[in-house]
Amino acid sequence: MSREEIISNKMDWVTVALYTTIVFLGWLNIYAVTYDPESKISIFNLTINSGRQILFIAGAFFIVMAILIIDMRFYETFAYIIYGLILFLLLLVPIIGKEVGGNKAWLGIGSFGVQPSEFAKFATALAVAKYIGSVGFRMDQLRNQVVLFVMIGVPMGLILLQKDTGTALVFTAFTVVFFREGMSPFLIISGIIAAIIFVLTLLVNEYYLFTGIGMILIIAIVMGKKKLKRILLLVGAAIAICGIIVSVDYVITDVLKPHQQNRVKALINPDADPLGFGWNVTQSKIAIGSGGFFGKGFLQGTQTKFNFVPEQSTDFIFCTIGEEHGWLGSLFIMALFIALILRVIFLAERQKNRFARVYGYSVACIFFFHFAVNIGMTIGLFPVIGIPLPFFSYGGSGLWGFTILLFILLKLDVHRMQVLQRI
Amino acid sequence: MNEGRKEIIQIAFVLIGVIFLVKLFFIQVLDDRYDKLAYSNAILREVDYPVRGLIKDRNGKLIVYNTPEFDLQIIHKEVKTLDSAKFCEVFSMTPEELRSKFKELKLKREYSPVKLTTFLTQLSTLDFARIQDNIDEFQGFYIQARTTRAYRAQAAANAIGYVSEISKQKLENDKTGIYKQGDYIGQSGIEAYYEQYLRGQRGVRFKLRNVDGVEKGSFRNGAIDTLSIPGQDITSTIDLDLQSYGELLLKGKAGSIIAIEPATGEILAMVSGPSYDPTLLTGRHYSSNFVLINNDTNKPLFNRPLMAQYRPGSIFKIAQAMVALQEGVITEETRIRCDRSVINCHGPHSNEDLRGAITHSCNPYFYGVLRRMLNQGKSNSPFDDTRIGLEEWSKHISSFGFGKRLGIDLPNEKGGLVPDPGYYDRAYGGRPWKFSNIYSIAIGEGENMVVPLQMANFAATIANKGYYITPHLVKSIGDSGKPLPQYLEKHFTTIDSTYFRVAADAMQRVVEEGTGSYRAKLKDIVVCGKTGSVQNEPRPDHSVFIAFAPKENPKIAVSVYVEFSGGGARAAASIASLMIEKYLLGATKRPQIEEYVLKGKFLH
Repeated sequence: MSREEIISNKMDWVTVALYTTIVFLGWLNIYAVTYDPESKISIFNLTINSGRQILFIAGAFFIVMAILIIDMRFYETFAYIIYGLILFLLLLVPIIGKEVGGNKAWLGIGSFGVQPSEFAKFATALAVAKYIGSVGFRMDQLRNQVVLFVMIGVPMGLILLQKDTGTALVFTAFTVVFFREGMSPFLIISGIIAAIIFVLTLLVNEYYLFTGIGMILIIAIVMGKKKLKRILLLVGAAIAICGIIVSVDYVITDVLKPHQQNRVKALINPDADPLGFGWNVTQSKIAIGSGGFFGKGFLQGTQTKFNFVPEQSTDFIFCTIGEEHGWLGSLFIMALFIALILRVIFLAERQKNRFARVYGYSVACIFFFHFAVNIGMTIGLFPVIGIPLPFFSYGGSGLWGFTILLFILLKLDVHRMQVLQRI
Repeated sequence: MNEGRKEIIQIAFVLIGVIFLVKLFFIQVLDDRYDKLAYSNAILREVDYPVRGLIKDRNGKLIVYNTPEFDLQIIHKEVKTLDSAKFCEVFSMTPEELRSKFKELKLKREYSPVKLTTFLTQLSTLDFARIQDNIDEFQGFYIQARTTRAYRAQAAANAIGYVSEISKQKLENDKTGIYKQGDYIGQSGIEAYYEQYLRGQRGVRFKLRNVDGVEKGSFRNGAIDTLSIPGQDITSTIDLDLQSYGELLLKGKAGSIIAIEPATGEILAMVSGPSYDPTLLTGRHYSSNFVLINNDTNKPLFNRPLMAQYRPGSIFKIAQAMVALQEGVITEETRIRCDRSVINCHGPHSNEDLRGAITHSCNPYFYGVLRRMLNQGKSNSPFDDTRIGLEEWSKHISSFGFGKRLGIDLPNEKGGLVPDPGYYDRAYGGRPWKFSNIYSIAIGEGENMVVPLQMANFAATIANKGYYITPHLVKSIGDSGKPLPQYLEKHFTTIDSTYFRVAADAMQRVVEEGTGSYRAKLKDIVVCGKTGSVQNEPRPDHSVFIAFAPKENPKIAVSVYVEFSGGGARAAASIASLMIEKYLLGATKRPQIEEYVLKGKFLH
């Protein structure tokens, strides 16, 4: 049997179909955004985003071919080298990169530019998978955990240097992978608690918070066993939380930059200044909200034209779905994404070696993070951190980065039985 | 150790998806607040119409300018309760008209209930004061200002042209993408020819509005607004005083007057009679007035100076004379007997030389000249000989600008006709023809066709002694101070300049002692002219006169063509001399001639 036949027989066509559908629908929506009923430019016109997206999609096709042709052992063998190479590129960006829209995240070759940060995701996923998959790895060893957090921390830091907070935050998705591989849930839970406290600090006067914590503390002491050690622990925790509250206030006013503060404030109360910092969220909610149950129809949107919602074809592409296709269309698109992510988890679970499984989970978690944050921000559930909706948003680097992520997994999946034979 | 964790992750993922969908259900389906916001909070897109360029005369006097006018626009969705009785009163319309306006509105291509759509156009400034006082009561209606054309003088209507809404057909053929439905475009004359300079560039303002539709300032502080760029002003070559005087003289007559400055080809006056009042083709009554003007049997929209093709008549003898001199078939001294057996003649003369023949417009003389010209004996066959001669002849005649479009800066120019052998071959359907078949072209009758502009250009060519600059109506576009480059180029005839002196001498004698002596002669200025009377049996002749003055260093060349008004020495010669007098002296001192012209009415 030739290699091509093996690939076509064992390829997971369900994933490929989901992928293709999402890419195609994304392209249609990019056109809907640029569509101006007064000028009627063709969807293939290269001067508008939908036309250029066609080229990016064609590029993605060649990338898929390349991934499928390369030997599957390449990805595990060269994982660290790829990771190192991408880190090197990330390092170059602040030095020789070009600035686009306030972020210095692009490496230009002539007029052609790529964002190395989009490719850092799959490189980090490979490196993390290789490390966890290595012989004798144990998640409960502190040393190993430290190494893993350094592995995701370094690209995060380098991307933060590019002032691209959104993409940097994507790397926190790896904690879910670590959780799956045995790390204590304590870290995730405390992270979530910290986030809740963070938001509460913004919402409620801190003295009310102190009073509330004090009352919870007293109840906890009275209700439970009255051991000194336990009481001291509870008091310590309460003081720590109060400390966090005070520091959050400090972080918000002194560490975050004004535009970041505004994004967080807009999340809490977008109506405070709907034409100022609440603009994005207000406009995006109006667009989605005006879609109703069935939507206004393809190309019939009135709110998602003329760039009134900023970053219309990249970060806020979901508004077009909401406005033109209503709740039903939103349900359909979200179902597609959830189906894709669950399918990726299914693929990850059926891998025969740990490297491939960890890699699969990384893919699922990165997709999910993008999906949740992107849609969450358009409907006002997350602060506006500019990250694209995978395969859907306009942009070449994003599409190619996600395509590489997904198809390396599919390649590994095709050969999952060979792995067993090899061992 | 890690059992159940994969389920936890999957459940968490799905749960978040469900939370999103619930939230979406709230804002999309349950909460209709966003729906309303989408309509009213939306951004208002206001078009900033550019000011169209002005048109001035050669001395800087304003001919065409802009006055504000107002359109009433509507956002249909916002019209909830309309006091239609009050509305009809304020906008002076009947309830039926209002109903039909609403019907029309929905049929418009650009109609959308949430976007500004034009409802009423061109409210006059008079209405506007009352409308502005009441507009707040009519929710959903907005006033859009733009400008319309206004005219300082009722002059040169056909030369300047008019501006009106772009037609559906033109809009479909427009490849520039500049025009949108409802835009105004130059439809004729200078307004059409110089449209690209006059129109300017439109701008767009984005304005924010709150729930109540009150404007909340500009969108993104105007970062994506564009300002309109006004059109360029145009300085015409027309002398408004001379033009108005010409309009006065041609009142009640059909025909044209063209006056050119010979040295530059600049048109000083171009009168087409009958004309129309240009203000009729502006404002809200444009459509009804246009139908009226267009259906007028006197054809006021027909721009006679460029479009009316006539036989030139005797003025053509000047050209014949010069061609014959150039070909060497006659000299200034050549005498030909006035043999009236083939072509009739007039006046007491019998055996004139060239100057005398022009002075008395002797028909048989030029019959003889053309015979010598066409039958030079270059071939033994009379047919071939005529063919060779006619080939040469038409080449010479065409070099004066006859028989082709001169290329004036106005649309719809006609070229006239100079017959050549090919023409007669077609006309005779392949049967042979020779001199005796075609001799009427000798005296400017027969197949020759000329437009009045070519006649004036001919006079200017004689004044220049051998060349012309294509006549044009625009001296300067914007601040450039220059006309289009093609209007700086000299076109030389095939005739030596010495022969033009002979022609000029002869034309001087025409005015001083010949056919034109009574009405065309001026006391202090040497006028060179030539009469023409084009036959229209049984109706009266067309009266034709071309002239230039003064003889040395000419400042003005004129052609006048008055339909069905008798001999060239009458209406045409009078008008031409009055135009020259007016232009060179600033006023006319011959009330009897002026009165003679003004009382002549030849329109039927």
